[in-house]
Amino acid sequence: MTTEAADSAEAVGAIAPAADPGFLQRYGGTIEYVLIPGAALVGALGVFGIFVAMFGKNPLDLYFYMYYGAFGTWFSWQNTLTRAAPLILTALCTALPAQLGMVIIGGEGALLIGALSATSAALALQGLPPLVVQIAMVCAGVTGGGLWIMLAGALRQYRGVNETISSLLLVYIALAVLNHLVEGAMRDPASLNKPSTREIGAANMIGSIPGTDVHWGLVFGLIAAIAAYILIYHTVFGFAARVAGGNIRAAKIVGLGVSKLILTICFLAGGAAGLAGMVEVAAVQGRTNANLAAGYGFTGILVAFLARQNPLAIIPVAILLGGISASGGLLQRRLGLPDASVLVLQGIIFVFVLASDALYGRIGFLKGKS
Amino acid sequence: MIIGETPPPSGVFGVDAIAMTMRFGDFLALDNVELKVRPGSFHALLGENGAGKSTLVKCIMGYYHATEGNILIGGREQAIANPKDAHALGLGMVYQHFTLVPAMTIAENLVLARDDVPAVVNWPKEMKQLEAFLARMPFKVPLSAKVSDISAGERQKCEILKQLYLKRRFLILDEPTSVLTPAEADEVLGMLRDMVVRGELTILMITHKFREVMAFADEVTILRRGKLAGGGKVAELTPDAMARTMIGAEELTVQPLRSGEAGQARLELAKVRALDDAGTVAVHDISLTVRAGEIVGIAGVSGNGQRQLVEVLAGQREAEGGEIRVAGDPYHARREEMRRHKMSLLPEEPLKNACVGGMSVADNIAFREFDRAPFASGGWWLNRGAFRDDATKKIRQYRIKTRTPETPISALSGGNVQRAVLARELAGDVEVLIAANPCFGLDFAAVAQIHAEIMAARNRGAAVLLVSEDLDELLELSDRLVVMFHGELVYEARTSEADLTVVGRHMAGH
Repeated sequence: MTTEAADSAEAVGAIAPAADPGFLQRYGGTIEYVLIPGAALVGALGVFGIFVAMFGKNPLDLYFYMYYGAFGTWFSWQNTLTRAAPLILTALCTALPAQLGMVIIGGEGALLIGALSATSAALALQGLPPLVVQIAMVCAGVTGGGLWIMLAGALRQYRGVNETISSLLLVYIALAVLNHLVEGAMRDPASLNKPSTREIGAANMIGSIPGTDVHWGLVFGLIAAIAAYILIYHTVFGFAARVAGGNIRAAKIVGLGVSKLILTICFLAGGAAGLAGMVEVAAVQGRTNANLAAGYGFTGILVAFLARQNPLAIIPVAILLGGISASGGLLQRRLGLPDASVLVLQGIIFVFVLASDALYGRIGFLKGKS
Repeated sequence: MIIGETPPPSGVFGVDAIAMTMRFGDFLALDNVELKVRPGSFHALLGENGAGKSTLVKCIMGYYHATEGNILIGGREQAIANPKDAHALGLGMVYQHFTLVPAMTIAENLVLARDDVPAVVNWPKEMKQLEAFLARMPFKVPLSAKVSDISAGERQKCEILKQLYLKRRFLILDEPTSVLTPAEADEVLGMLRDMVVRGELTILMITHKFREVMAFADEVTILRRGKLAGGGKVAELTPDAMARTMIGAEELTVQPLRSGEAGQARLELAKVRALDDAGTVAVHDISLTVRAGEIVGIAGVSGNGQRQLVEVLAGQREAEGGEIRVAGDPYHARREEMRRHKMSLLPEEPLKNACVGGMSVADNIAFREFDRAPFASGGWWLNRGAFRDDATKKIRQYRIKTRTPETPISALSGGNVQRAVLARELAGDVEVLIAANPCFGLDFAAVAQIHAEIMAARNRGAAVLLVSEDLDELLELSDRLVVMFHGELVYEARTSEADLTVVGRHMAGH
C-alpha cells in the first residue's frame, strides 16, 4: 500500500509539476493541527459536562463559569496569565526533548530543583543589589533544573535507561531532596506548621508587569518559548536536533554527534522548568517549601502534547490550561464542585488528546489530492 | 459462466484476470489489465517496481478489491472477498520475505499454518502424516530442525512446501529467489517446474530476473505503469525484447566506460569485528583494502554480516575491535573525518537509513552541508534561501521527481528518495564511497543512473566499496570481488577472472 501511495505522489508530480496546489493541499496539515486538538478539547469538555451533571449541576452553568473564571474579567485574565507563565516554561521541558524523539515527563522535578537552587543563590547573596541577586537566581534556577534533566538524558545515552521512566522517578527524588533540605539544613526556624526556607527578601522579588498583577515570569515564559522556536527551526543546532529526532540512523550516517545533542537539549529543557521554579519563588512564594509541588510540571506535559510539541503553540495552549485552572476556584464557590474537579478535567483532556493522535492523516477531506 | 462454484476438487486449474482496474484515490495502479494463466503452466509476471505486479496478485488473492474487473478461477467467476476465500479455492502465495516462525521447527510451522489446528496436537500422528506427505514431494527438508538453523534456500523450500501441504494447487510466487544464491534458485525453481510439467501445479511468478523467465517459464505477461505492455510464449521472446517492453521508450543514463588504474590504498580495514543486535559476532575480524580508483564488490547472501559491516563504516554501529583507516588516518565515522576525507555513503533502504521522512526534500539534500556556508550564516543561523536554491539545482540535475523542494521526502517513490540521497552524497568531490544495495527495489531508470554515478566516481579516483546481494550488479561494476560468508571474507578474485560457479559456491559456504 505504501509503494502505491508513493507512486501516486510521483505520478501526480510527473503529470502536473507546475499545478498550483489547492488550498487544502497547502494548509490541510495546519488545519489538522488546529482542528484535532480543538476537537479533543471540546470532546473532553463534553465528557466533563456529563461528570458535572452527575453531581446534579447544569453543565451549561459549568461552561459559563469556566469561561467567566478564566477570561470573563480583567481580574480573571490576570489570574489566568499568572498561571500560564510557569506552564509555558514546564511545557518546554517536554517539548524540547520531543524534537529529539524523547519523552521527558519530569518537568516537576526540574521545577523543584530550580526553585531550590534559586532560593539558595538568593540566600547566599543576601545584601547584594537586587538585580545581581535576581540574575544569580535565574542562573542558579536554570542550571539546577538543566542539570537535573540532563541527568535523565545522560542515563539514556550512556546507560540505556528509558528517559520517560527516569525523568518521572527523578521527580520523586527532587521532592525528597527538597523536603529533606526544607525540614533540615535550610529550614527557617520561624516556619512552624509549614517547614520552609527563609524568605529571599521583598527587595529581591521580581514583581509585576507595570499596570497589572501579572508577574514578570510571563515575559520570561514568552521569551523562552519564542527563543525555543527560533532555536529549533532557524538554527544549525535545531536542524541537527530535528535530524537526530526524526531518524537517529540518518543522523549517524552524516556524522552528527548525537550524545552532545541529547545532553544539550535536555539541559535547555530542564533549564526552562528550573526557570519556572525560580519564577514561582521570586514572584509568588518568596521562599521554598512543599507548596511549590503544585503540579505545574505535570500540567506542562499536557500543554506540550496539546501544542503538538511546537514551542510557539505552547503559548496559547498554556493560557487556555492556565484559564481552566484559574476557573477552579469559581467552580468551587458557585457550583460547589470539589476542588479536584479541575484535575479531573485535565485528566480527561489528556486522555482525549492522546487518543486523538490516531486521527492525524486520516481525515478524508483534509487530505487534498495526495 | 457459473458464478461462485468452486473449481474441480483435484487437478490443476488456471486463473484469468479480466479487465482489471484498480484505483487508489486519483492514482490508477492497474488500468484494464488482462492476465491469463493456463492450467498446468509456469507463468511469469514481469514489470518494474510500481508497474502494478503486486497490486494485480493482491487483487487475485483478495487483499485488495479491484475497482473493476473479474477473476476467473478454473474458468468460473469468483468473488474473492479476502485471502481466506482465495485459500479455500486452492490459491496460495509465497512472499519475498519469510513468514515462518524462526524459533519453531519446520514440522511445527507446517501444522501451525493449517486452518484447523486441533487444541491438542497429536505429534506422533502428525509427524507420521508429515513424513508421508514429504515422501511425495520433490523437496526434502529436515522436519525437526528449527527454522532459525536452516539456510535461506531451505526456508524458501519450506514456504513452498507449506503451500503444498495446505493443498494449494495454484501458487503465486513474489520474487521467490531474491534471497537465494543462483544455485539455490535454480534448484527450487527446477523442482517447481517439474511439478508443473507433471500436471500437479500451476505457477504465477513475479520476478524481474530475465534469466529465470527464460529458463523456467512457459509464458510471460509484462506490465508497465499499470498497463498491460505485452506478453506471450517465452520461447518466442528474447530478454532484450522483454526489457524493451518493460521499460518502454524511457531513455536510460549511459554508464561511462571504466577508465584509469587503481592508485594508493584509501580505505583500510584491519581485523574489524562487530556484533549484531542479538550480541553475536556478525563481522569476524575482517581485513580489506580499497584503493583509489577501484570498486571492490562484497558479494554474499543477505545476513552474512554485510549489514553490520556497512553500519560500522557508516557510524551506525560501534566496532567491537579492529581498526579502520581512511587515507592513513584512524576513522571513527565522525562528521569532521567524513568531511576531511570526502566520504559518501549510499546505504540500503535510504528512507530508513539516510533520510528523515518528515523533513523536506530540500532539508534532506542539505544534511551534509547545513552547518556551513552558504547554508548557515555565521555557523549557526540557517539560511533558508540557500537550502531552496541548492535543492532546486540538484532536483533538476538528478531528475528527482518531487512536487516542490518543500515536499516531505517520505512522499517520494523509492527511486526518487535514492536520487535525492545520490544528489546529497555525490554532488561534491568524492574520495571514498561506500554503497550498500544501492539499487534494491528500484526501477531501470534509477538503477542505470546510480550505476553510472558509481562508475563515474570510480573514474574520478574515488575508492568505492560496493556491498550488494545482486551478483549481476557486482560483476558489472566491481574491479575486485570478495565473498562474505558468516562474517568472514572467504574468497577474493579480480572480477574479470571470477568464475560464477566458484563465487556461488563460496556464497553458500562450500
